[in-house]
Amino acid sequence: MNLRRLPLYVTIAIFVLAFLLCWLQFPRILSTRVVGNLLTDNAYLGIAAVGMTLVILSGGIDLSVGSVIAFSGVFIAVLLRDTGMHPLAAFALLLMVTTAFGAAQGALIHGLAMPAFIVTLAGMFLARGIAYLLTLDSIPIDHPFFETLQRAYWLMPGKGRFTLLGAVMLLAVAGGMLLAHRTRFGTNVFALGGGEATARMMGVPIGQTTVLIYAFSGFMAGLAGIVFAVYTAAGYPLATVGVELNAIAAVVIGGTLLSGGSGTVLGTLFGVLTMGLIQTYIVFDGTLSSWWTKIVIGLLLFLFIVLQKGLLTIGAARRAA
Amino acid sequence: MNGTGLLRRVAPQLLTLAAVLALVTVFFPSFLSVGLSGDRLVGSPIDVLKRGAPVALLAIGMTLVIATRGIDLSVGAIMAICGASAAFAVDQGWSLGVAVLLALGAGLLCGLWNGFLVAVLGIQPIVATLILMVAGRGIAQLITEGQILTFSDAGFAFLGSGAVLGLPVPAWAWILAGIVVGLVVRRTALGLLIESVGVNLRASRLAGVNSTVLLLTVYMISGLCAALAGLIVTGDIRGADANNAGLWLELDAILAVAIGGTSLLGGRFSILASLIGAMIIQSINTGILLAGFPPEFNLVIKAILVLLILMLQSPRLGDVAAGLLARRRRADETGAAPRPVQEAGR
Repeated sequence: MNLRRLPLYVTIAIFVLAFLLCWLQFPRILSTRVVGNLLTDNAYLGIAAVGMTLVILSGGIDLSVGSVIAFSGVFIAVLLRDTGMHPLAAFALLLMVTTAFGAAQGALIHGLAMPAFIVTLAGMFLARGIAYLLTLDSIPIDHPFFETLQRAYWLMPGKGRFTLLGAVMLLAVAGGMLLAHRTRFGTNVFALGGGEATARMMGVPIGQTTVLIYAFSGFMAGLAGIVFAVYTAAGYPLATVGVELNAIAAVVIGGTLLSGGSGTVLGTLFGVLTMGLIQTYIVFDGTLSSWWTKIVIGLLLFLFIVLQKGLLTIGAARRAA
Repeated sequence: MNGTGLLRRVAPQLLTLAAVLALVTVFFPSFLSVGLSGDRLVGSPIDVLKRGAPVALLAIGMTLVIATRGIDLSVGAIMAICGASAAFAVDQGWSLGVAVLLALGAGLLCGLWNGFLVAVLGIQPIVATLILMVAGRGIAQLITEGQILTFSDAGFAFLGSGAVLGLPVPAWAWILAGIVVGLVVRRTALGLLIESVGVNLRASRLAGVNSTVLLLTVYMISGLCAALAGLIVTGDIRGADANNAGLWLELDAILAVAIGGTSLLGGRFSILASLIGAMIIQSINTGILLAGFPPEFNLVIKAILVLLILMLQSPRLGDVAAGLLARRRRADETGAAPRPVQEAGR
């Protein structure tokens, strides 16, 4: 068996196993309603995590994601309130802004040879700061088009709702999979994650790839922002604090190596769903407190990191033998 | 490092601090005035010394961790855990000494866990400490049972808001901790060994450095510093807030170290420079408030200042500047923006 694929299989197995355990205790958890909500409630996180996966595959990190999502919501809400712009035009404008924001971060990381950690940390301050400048209040969005988007769903058998938001997330995952695993750009990303020096020797355009990676992450964060705005029907500058951490955790639980160079986008989807499932379980149980979510996610992180470490050691031993 | 060498090392940070202070004074003229109220010194500079204490304390531990080429993302969560443990102990009616020991012990234990993951299991530091960063707040909430644990122990509150010889206790805490740790690492070979591990782990291992114990120690010091910071924050508000105590302070601490010119790639470090970095950050925070900007400008101004400072310290920009100012640079090499790799290799 291919050792590189093992983390993906383990991720999927853990999700299925966790779902089975939940089902044994609460049979009703196995319904299209729960599954539909799982997709809808975690749509924005899943989309942001796809962007984060590519960043982490390249050996970088993007801490600005949560702030960009909050900025997106505020930006859309303010545009719709103050101008007669159609939401679709506002979406397009927003995606351009966040993509440019991501590209600028990538350019700084490459141009200044600064750690991605510090540059995107400044980006995190900046995006949230601009959101504060736009407004300090929560601005409701009551455009009829938003209601259309919210009500767009396909009623699955069993009365579960497969919403547009959930579909957007699955499309984003599919797009991310194509980009990461089927294009030259994706290969460059993996090469960069394997080591900058070797990637340069192989002829990977380091600067261009870095800028594109962070631009993609910015685009995905913008898309996640749109989904979040539709989901909550509001723009609030204090929203989605710490989502970047959840996205990173989802990527790691999804079996991607945080040092870059190895991982899958599909795994990230299961990472997001596993985290969502933990929350669903706590809601179903009703007596568990919400802080168990964090502790269990921490344990899962630990489990996966040790697993990865073990695989790396085995891989190295095999190569040496 | 002798006196002039030290001064040269921290000159960029001192200049930045002076520039920030001057800038704030332009907008808020009485910023630098210090008065005496009763037996306490009062005034904005004292306030900066006090409010900057948590980040300064964290920066001490973070400097050592970063010097070993690591990073400790969990310090904010450790603050919450330690604050919660101490508040829990006081709430149970145990004595203050027990509460403080419990908090410090919790900090050491958290540091030991991080150090174990990094040094023994060989996990990348950013990943290893991410675990406690995520789970730590959950653990803190477990201790406080989701409430904000309040208490009225005067001794504990003294840790956060008392004053000794006119200076607030938190200010004493970071100044003394900085002196103690600074002396220990610089008057012994410990600092050199930490730098060697950061520059090249394998080479220092081959040279006989016990890197495992060294890494464990460094993360435990970081945990201890976080415990002190947690005690101060908890004492100051007379309550343990598991959700918000130390929230995002790990980022401020890392920023303080970066502004202090310690390379995130490990190697040469200066605790003094990191502490000045922490004071720069706090001066910006306090300054923006006092200068009368609307608070919503805080983050934008902070982000722009951070980017400016980082650009000035960027190794690549340094190379460009080196071409232009080759002669001046040679004369003033140690004082210029740090060029970590070369410096560390010397």
